Amino acid sequence: MTTDPPSFARPRPGTQPPYLYPDYASTVKRAPKRALIPFEHTLSEMTGPVFSDRWAGPDATDLTRQHPGAPLGERIIVEGRVLDEDGRPVAGTLIELWQCNAAGRYHHPVDQHDAPLDPNFTGAGQVVSGPDGGYRFLTIKPGAYPWRNSPNAWRPAHIHFGVFGPGFVTRLVTQMYFPGDPLLGYDPIFQSTADEGARERLISQYDPMLSEAEWALGYRFDLVLRGRAATPADPV
Amino acid sequence: MAEKLIPTPSQTVGPFFHLGMARPEWSDLAGGNPAGEKIAIEGRVTDGDGAPVPDAIIELWQANAAGRYNHPDDARTDKPIDPNFRGFGRVATDAEGRFRVVTIKPGPVPGRGNALQAPHINIALFARGLLTHLFTRIYFADEAANAGDPLLSSIEDDAARRSLLARPAQGTSPALYHFDIVLQGENETAFLDI
Repeated sequence: MTTDPPSFARPRPGTQPPYLYPDYASTVKRAPKRALIPFEHTLSEMTGPVFSDRWAGPDATDLTRQHPGAPLGERIIVEGRVLDEDGRPVAGTLIELWQCNAAGRYHHPVDQHDAPLDPNFTGAGQVVSGPDGGYRFLTIKPGAYPWRNSPNAWRPAHIHFGVFGPGFVTRLVTQMYFPGDPLLGYDPIFQSTADEGARERLISQYDPMLSEAEWALGYRFDLVLRGRAATPADPV
Repeated sequence: MAEKLIPTPSQTVGPFFHLGMARPEWSDLAGGNPAGEKIAIEGRVTDGDGAPVPDAIIELWQANAAGRYNHPDDARTDKPIDPNFRGFGRVATDAEGRFRVVTIKPGPVPGRGNALQAPHINIALFARGLLTHLFTRIYFADEAANAGDPLLSSIEDDAARRSLLARPAQGTSPALYHFDIVLQGENETAFLDI
């Protein structure tokens, strides 16, 4: 019979957000109340969609050139790598990205925030990670925007990222934030992860080496996925 | 051994995920005319008040009709890869919280050890209000192999176990199954810690 491939590691306590986090009001009616059912990984969990043959469509990494004109806002380069928790590159996996425009408005019918749409900015991109797990987008810095979670609540500027990794259980959808944003301290979505080191993972780093002179500021953002669970310990 | 990196925390997809995730064509997994029995699955996602969830998005991952995953880690040579079937799909809910996908019924797949798992579709559910996506599985209520399935057998609560069974509708073509997802409350779906 088949040998079971090694499972993926479980998150350490506090390093992922809980389902119920009342400060984020939408969790109250949507978080399951029953305990989740623990189940050891099988082929069903350890395999997942493969994107290396690019069936998901062409890369769209320059969000500033999807329309006749240039979008308003501060041009930024977002570059990083998809890694597993052992630091190994995750090559050939799909990354999807979406964000609001520089004024804090999404190109989406549900978004009725009283800020202008930008006819030259849609705010969606995708790329398949390279052999070293690397990716790079050119976009504009998204604006902050109000939301009705609590009176006068504002979301810090953020870019949504989705990534798949090698198995169905490595799937990750997250948000990238910007260093030094004063709104981070007030944002329940960012604060929902208890572990400070884990929260830091959500904040991109300004990287002067990545900035392009007279053109765009550079931010580095690595996406770290679950790795394989430890194999039996080596003899000490 | 080098210190492990902390994996990136999950964050909600929020209410505007369609902008980056909507792929209407991915709700038909059977578009390439794969081998197997074509089926449709319809259902509704509701919250703790029983209200529809109009901003959820469901991802599906499944084996082909022979029970083989189209993935390099499923290296079994006795089951063929179907070149016309990837096994991955995605569908967003509509304003009434409803969704519909078309696919083929998967074959049984190996479990841990020598166990065999009944045919099932792996589900990840994303929504505004979910800081992390939820995992569950769709099994088929009219499938005899369910009796020996390790996951179904491990669930003692009958209602929780039944929440994983898609119910066949009568006399429809392609065969139609109904599968609701209840995020919270009385008939809460059994979600997995995996």
